[in-house]
Amino acid sequence: MNLEDYKGIYVFIEQREGVIQNVALELLGQARKLADELNDKVYAMFLGHNIADQAQSLIARGADEIIVVDAPELAEYTTEPYTQAICQIIEDRKPESMLIGATTLGRDLGPRVSARVGTGLTADCTKIEVGENKELLMTRPAFGGNLMATIVCKNHRPQMGTVRPGVLFAMDADENRAGDIVNYEVKFKSEKFKVKLLETVKEDSDLIDITEARILVSGGRGIGNEEGFKAMDGLANVLDAEVSASRAMVDAGYIGHERQVGQTGKTVRPDLYFAFGISGAIQHVAGMEDSDLIIAVNKDKDAPIFQVADLGIVGDAKQIIKKLTERLEK
Amino acid sequence: MDFSLTKEQVLFQQMIKDFAEREVKPLAAEVDEQERFPIETVEKMAKIGIMGIPIPKQYGGAGGNNVMYSMAVEELSAVCATTGVIVSAHTSLCAAPIMENGTEEQKQKYLPKLASGEWIGAFGLTEPNAGTDAAGQQTTAIEDGDNYIINGSKIFITNAEYAHVYVIFAMTDKSKGTRGISAFIIEKGTPGFSIGKKEKKMGIRGSATCELIFENVVLPKENLLGKLNKGFGIAMKTLDGGRIGIAAQALGIAQGAINETVRYVKERKQFGRPISGFQNTQFQLADMNTKTEASRMLVRKAANKKDQKVPYSVDAAMCKLYAAETAMEVTNKAVQLHGGYGYTREYPVERMMRDAKITEIYEGTSEVQRMVISANMLK
Amino acid sequence: MDTTCRVLTIPIKKEMKIVVCIKQVPDTTEIKIDPKTGTLIRDGVPSIMNPDDKSGLEMALQLKDEQGAHVTVITMGPPQADLILREAFAMGVDRAIHLTDRKFAGADTLATSHALAGALRKIEFDLLITGRQAIDGDTAQVGPQIAEHLDLPQVSYLEDLKFDGDKTFTMKRHIEEGYQMLEVEAPCVVTVLSSANTPRYMNVGGIVDAYQKEVEVWGFNEIEVDEKNLGLKGSPTSVHKAFARGLKPAGELYEVETDEAVGIIIKKLKEKFILN
Repeated sequence: MNLEDYKGIYVFIEQREGVIQNVALELLGQARKLADELNDKVYAMFLGHNIADQAQSLIARGADEIIVVDAPELAEYTTEPYTQAICQIIEDRKPESMLIGATTLGRDLGPRVSARVGTGLTADCTKIEVGENKELLMTRPAFGGNLMATIVCKNHRPQMGTVRPGVLFAMDADENRAGDIVNYEVKFKSEKFKVKLLETVKEDSDLIDITEARILVSGGRGIGNEEGFKAMDGLANVLDAEVSASRAMVDAGYIGHERQVGQTGKTVRPDLYFAFGISGAIQHVAGMEDSDLIIAVNKDKDAPIFQVADLGIVGDAKQIIKKLTERLEK
Repeated sequence: MDFSLTKEQVLFQQMIKDFAEREVKPLAAEVDEQERFPIETVEKMAKIGIMGIPIPKQYGGAGGNNVMYSMAVEELSAVCATTGVIVSAHTSLCAAPIMENGTEEQKQKYLPKLASGEWIGAFGLTEPNAGTDAAGQQTTAIEDGDNYIINGSKIFITNAEYAHVYVIFAMTDKSKGTRGISAFIIEKGTPGFSIGKKEKKMGIRGSATCELIFENVVLPKENLLGKLNKGFGIAMKTLDGGRIGIAAQALGIAQGAINETVRYVKERKQFGRPISGFQNTQFQLADMNTKTEASRMLVRKAANKKDQKVPYSVDAAMCKLYAAETAMEVTNKAVQLHGGYGYTREYPVERMMRDAKITEIYEGTSEVQRMVISANMLK
Repeated sequence: MDTTCRVLTIPIKKEMKIVVCIKQVPDTTEIKIDPKTGTLIRDGVPSIMNPDDKSGLEMALQLKDEQGAHVTVITMGPPQADLILREAFAMGVDRAIHLTDRKFAGADTLATSHALAGALRKIEFDLLITGRQAIDGDTAQVGPQIAEHLDLPQVSYLEDLKFDGDKTFTMKRHIEEGYQMLEVEAPCVVTVLSSANTPRYMNVGGIVDAYQKEVEVWGFNEIEVDEKNLGLKGSPTSVHKAFARGLKPAGELYEVETDEAVGIIIKKLKEKFILN
């Protein structure tokens, strides 16, 4: 493998039912930055069926060339046709690196492609930088997020990585950017298509699982009553969060047990945990102390919850919920 | 000499700890508060073989040993002493005497259903006037052709309301005292056999402790367990085994209280630092742990002796005596280290302290254990 | 409890053969960070069967319970990984293979998948199950990579599966907005989510017998793979550096009027990119 032959940062543009996913734009934004640093180009691989009209929009988001593969075989995602298409592009074009969104689709496609072309893949990167020898340094969490590891792929190309949605930043659309759109034809080996998609079902799940929530708005005794919980619902709505509570509130019947945080409830580690009117008894803290960001509001400035909070506000939780909701609604 | 667990026991410990933590612990406070028999837990235990640990595979059991069984009672009791005693009474006091004294027919009839947990077992020896003095039995079994007619009552019977099979004792020859007692197997639903009032207890409040009432119960002779008039020996031997179970229960309660306390003292701050930083806390914990570990050694030694089929009565008495008194002392200290919170039902150590007390009383009080131990020394 | 005697009411054309790949991992929820040095404390962290793998194993055992199947587990790892194979025996599997060789050491996901694929070429199966991902690495790569090496179709993020008793599987695959129903012919590879089911506990009787059964230990010589694809040499990726995420700095505490407090909260949310 002659590493010199490999050029360009290739981004897989994920679309679902013709809608380009945000993660694809985030990857383009990152790829643009890397390409500028490496003095290289950004290629967008846009696969699907009857999608060509959207290709132009990707140029404004940072791509230099859009490789459009429009084929009925790619109308809906299944592993094999997409793998064949990407691998043919790799073989033809010899990309230096390739980024894919770490969605259920990207995490299905990425490893299959990497195994077929025999290269390395770094999963779920949170940061991508350029190293001393112009190689990509891909940093990702491991050991349940306790450890960060920077991974390199020295002697194989493309250097592949998947990136979690919402981690990187898309660039603002720049309609003045210029770029090419190329229609690319793939020769499918349809005898290898062995998975048949029967249907895709969208669900608005009623089953809430607070351990899955990225943001939790949690309330304790300081919230008081049903009215207080309604206010919390309002805030949760604005933040696209779930409501949870301490044991006292569950026992008082304001909220179901499935939303209880703590030793006898659930252990959660969301990105953001609001503790409103929760004093912070050990049993509660044991269930939420590993949250990434903890914001606590309590009247009592000596409340133990402040010892685990990143940001503590001494004040009336109910008033703060009300004002905060109003401000966020704007 | 080797104090380590076997590979199978290590695997078993991993499973039972996990089971106790995930299935039993979440119900413990509720079972206590509502005085509710955790039948759903029994069903879960049955499914994976916990109701038949030391029963041989040929009778549908797990084919395990008494060390494993004691580990099960310990780990269950560490999170819920009620669940611990349900398994202990079922296994040691019902399945074991049938295993050890039953005819082949009785074993075939009862053991597979007990081992699979389809049936729960219970044991009836104690009467209003025959507690520690078990010889004072007033329940009678009068021979009548091919049957015995049973009259009388038993009290403080663990699992009573939920059991299907009971091993009970009755006077077959009043003139002979302890040599006139016989053991019987009686099934739920036998005409004349009913369950009386349920006790309101200080601890192990979910275990369904009731009275058994026998009014002209006609029991076929094939329900006699062991030989006629040999019931007292069966009762004593059964209690020897049962003591290992209760010692394991006490050991579990103590360990559970230590686990809760260690977590609490690391988190609880007074005078600006965790109370684990105070020497009093550290010394109390050291004593609690040392005594509990000593209990564990005694329990495992007795269970191991039973597995080796060598006499273990004195070992059973010693482990029961020591583990029970340690459980009482350790839970008392655990509550003290929790301070005011420890006295509330917000924390489990309050329940553990109430649960611990019974281990000094049932299946032979601490005084009875001292009698057994010293009698052996002075004989 | 006798679980081995079972009367099958539905005639089955042939007994399905299932292989489940399992991995021993440190229980990452038990890993703590040393408050003084900021490094990981791994001492005393228990080793467990990876949760997604365990759900995959449960799926196989449920198929066995429902329609009869022969279930094999395979793990690649150091000698102590024997423990999870014994655990699998106690849960009810029929055969266990322990893949271990110094030649496998230092493998990244691709090299690991080559070694496992090399072993799987020696085993006949209709269905190969892996967990979606392992909690120590969270990569979700080995399952699809094995499928590629064996040239088999894959379905990842599996939540449920039905077998028609002949050769067709109907599968339910989790996606962000709901699920997909797919049809796949045997043999195939699936990666299972831990949310698919609740794995059974080991059976006590199974534990008693777990060490009476034989674990087959396989090394490089027992499998079918090109040596250059194995271990460190066969790994395209390498760790450039690793570091602990560090400690939480002491929190800030404010005692201010409501409006100002709300301003502080919003500023914090922006700082952490929770708000734009």
